[in-house]
Formats: sequence, C-alpha cells, structure tokens
Amino acid sequence: MLEQYLPVFIVLGIAIVFGVATVLSSIIFGPQRPTTEKLSTYESGMKPVGTTKERVSIKYYLIAMLFIIFDLEVIFVYPWAVQFKKLFHEFGISVFISMFIFLVIFEIGYLYVYKKGGFKWD
Amino acid sequence: MSVLEIIVFTVVKIVLILTVMLLMVSYLVYFERRVSAWVQNRLGPNRVGWEGVLQPFADVFKLLLKEDIVPVKANQFIHTLAPVIALFVAFATYAVIPIASPLKIFGYEIPLVVADVNIGVLYVLALTSVGVYAITLAGWSSGSKYSLFGGIRSSAQMISYEISMGFSVAGVLLFAESLRPIAIVQSQGSWMWNAWIQPIGFITFVVSAFAETNRLPFDLPEAEPELVGGYHTEYSSMKFAAFFLAEYANMIIAAGMIVTLYLGGYNLPFFNIESLGLANWLTVIIQIGSFFIKMGVLLFFFLWIRWSLPRFRYDQLMSIGWKVMFPLSLINLIWVAVLIMVFNL
Repeated sequence: MLEQYLPVFIVLGIAIVFGVATVLSSIIFGPQRPTTEKLSTYESGMKPVGTTKERVSIKYYLIAMLFIIFDLEVIFVYPWAVQFKKLFHEFGISVFISMFIFLVIFEIGYLYVYKKGGFKWD
Repeated sequence: MSVLEIIVFTVVKIVLILTVMLLMVSYLVYFERRVSAWVQNRLGPNRVGWEGVLQPFADVFKLLLKEDIVPVKANQFIHTLAPVIALFVAFATYAVIPIASPLKIFGYEIPLVVADVNIGVLYVLALTSVGVYAITLAGWSSGSKYSLFGGIRSSAQMISYEISMGFSVAGVLLFAESLRPIAIVQSQGSWMWNAWIQPIGFITFVVSAFAETNRLPFDLPEAEPELVGGYHTEYSSMKFAAFFLAEYANMIIAAGMIVTLYLGGYNLPFFNIESLGLANWLTVIIQIGSFFIKMGVLLFFFLWIRWSLPRFRYDQLMSIGWKVMFPLSLINLIWVAVLIMVFNL
C-alpha cells in the first residue's frame, strides 16, 4: 500500500510547489509599474464595454447536471468492466445481461433528454 | 523496500521526469511553430541558436522578466490560484504513465513510472477533471467578458467530452481487467493493440482527448476572432506561461495516455523484445525509444490536425460530444463485451 501511494503524495506535493514557484517567479523577477490603464480590463485599447455580472444561459447548468448524472453512470460501469472476464467465466452470460439492462435504462434516460430538447444549442 | 528508499527513488524519478517533461513541452512549442510554418510555407523561428533551437528558452526568459498584471476588476486570489491549478494538474498527471518495463539496477527492480498505483486510469481521469477548475476559475476571476465566456465554454466542452472518454476507457478495462497502466500495457502484448480490437473506442478517445486539451478543431475556449485570448486574456508574464505550459503538457499527457491505453504502450509493435533475451538495460532503452517515437508520431498528428481542419461552431461541438461521441462510446463498450464473450478471450 505505502509503496504504491507514497509516490503519489510526493508527486502531488512537488507539483504544487512547482506551480506556486512558477507563478511567484514573475512577481519576483518582473518589474512592477502599475498604471490605471494597464490595470483596466482588456478592450482593444478602448474603454471597457459591458460587465461580467450578466446572467449565464440556463443551458450551461443543464449541461452540468447532465454531466453529473451520466458521469456517475460511467463510474458504475468501471467495477463491472474490471471484473467482467472473471465473472463471465464463473456465471456466464447473465453478467453481461445485467449490465445491458442497466445501460438500456440509462439509454432511455438519454433518449428522454434528447426528446425534451436537452441537446439543442442554437 | 524501506520508506527512505521509496522516497529517494521517487524524488529521483520525479526530477528526471519533470526535466524531460519541461524539455518536451518547450520543444513541442518550438516543433509546433516550425511545423505550422512548414505547413503554411513560411520559415518560422530560426534565429536563436542553430535553426532556432534555443527559441523556447528565449521565450520563457522573456516572459519571466515581464510585468505580472492583475486587473483591478479581477479577484486577486483566485486569479493567482488558477494558473497554479493548471500547472499542478499538468505535472501531477504524468506520474502514472509507464515509459518502459522495470529497470534492474544495483539489485533493485525499479518500475519506470513514478507512481505504480492500481487505480492509475482513475487518477488520470480525476486529475483532468480538476483541470477544468483552472480554466473555469481563470475565466470567472479575471473580470473580463472575454475571459468569462472562454471559461464557461471551456468547462461545458470539457465536461461534455469527459463522459465519452470515460466510456471509451471502460472498453480498455474489459480487456485489461485492471486500472493499472502497466497491466493495461501488458494485456496488449506486442501486437494485440486496443486500437485494432476496438477501433470505435480508439477514435472516440482520441477525439475526446482533442476536446479535453482544447486543441483545434475544438479550441473554442480561445477562439481568437471572437474571444481575444479566451480564458487567459487577462493573464501576463509567468501566469500566462503557466497556462501555455499546461496546455502543451496536457497534449503530451494525452498522447502518452493514448499510447498506453490503445497503442501498446512501451512495447515494440509486432515484435516481442523480451523473447530476444537482451540485457535488461538494453531492453529498457529500446522500450523507452519505442514509447517516445509513438508519442512523437501522435503529437505530430495533433499538429497536423490543427492545420488541416477548421474550427467547429459551438453548437456543432456540443452536438458531436453528446449526440455522436457518447452513443459511439457506448456501442464500443457493448462491442468489446460481446467480443470477449464470443471469442472467450
């Protein structure tokens, strides 16, 4: 266990240090001469137009919600996929059929979203 | 092995791989510029050093000495945090990709992968999901409308393609019976590549990898004509470089993952090197070579696609993700399961 996961934590630690060091290095080495224009929002040299406080289309939230649902389904498939060969030798085709039923139910949900216009972007 | 030995070996491997990664990223940028120039019949950077080989270093030093600007409208903390996340993800993900079979040296048997975990594939999928945060937070915290739209687009795009990516990987797992990258490589042997067995899964995975790395034809988050620089419009100096590095590092990781999952990893194609009975170190060197050549070909493919295909419209991009890639990856999963049952592999 330790032999496997200790390196992961070391990698994560070094990656964080590397990221922080890179971002800080420009603050250390670069000049700091801020002016009002320099610190204003980018707009091709003109006065900035519009704000970022506008509302985002509801479709994006829909996508996020669909993602959570479907991604959870993917995670349910993984343990089955890893054990499939072994279980198939032991229990035969029923291993496949049970997952197939699961996927069919899942597909009905997908078709329902499709029919309701969940995948329309214009 | 004792804890101390594990730490020493890991740190040595990380330092080596980090150096190789940074060099590869720098030269991928150079390579991209030269290939782009070649495709467009121009010269490209050829002044700094012989044929411009020192150009990437010149670029990095230039960016290092530039002023770090944080716009007044930006959220100071998150604006700084976003590039850190991007770099963190880019360099942590590489840890589980094996580049050769174990090296026997000084009586130790060292696996040539930083972290040989049995959940390797999940680790990669999890970290690439964290990568979405970097782009979304960068877009949201900049206080610029271009950044915001870039960030929103990018997050929607990445989560859409993650599902087909997940299902394509499930097809590989059916064969390998493990989430461990080394086991996946070994399950393919020298010629039974997953790319031959499950071509649909291979294609959906490659397309999803393009979308996940925001490469053309899926580079909507930074579509220059409409969004200036996309999510990194308001970034300068090394923070900009961080996003840039992360993008190219993600390309390299995507190529490494495709090689590991579908193209037989470090094994030589159609030829079992271990049957020759060569010395261990020679085998390892040949395997490293084979891995990097496969990766290089794939990276060239990435660049080639960039200059061959036009950018998708946003609704087309989302439609392909949900209406084409997703059903195709499901069909692939069923196909692989049926294949295993019929041929009793």
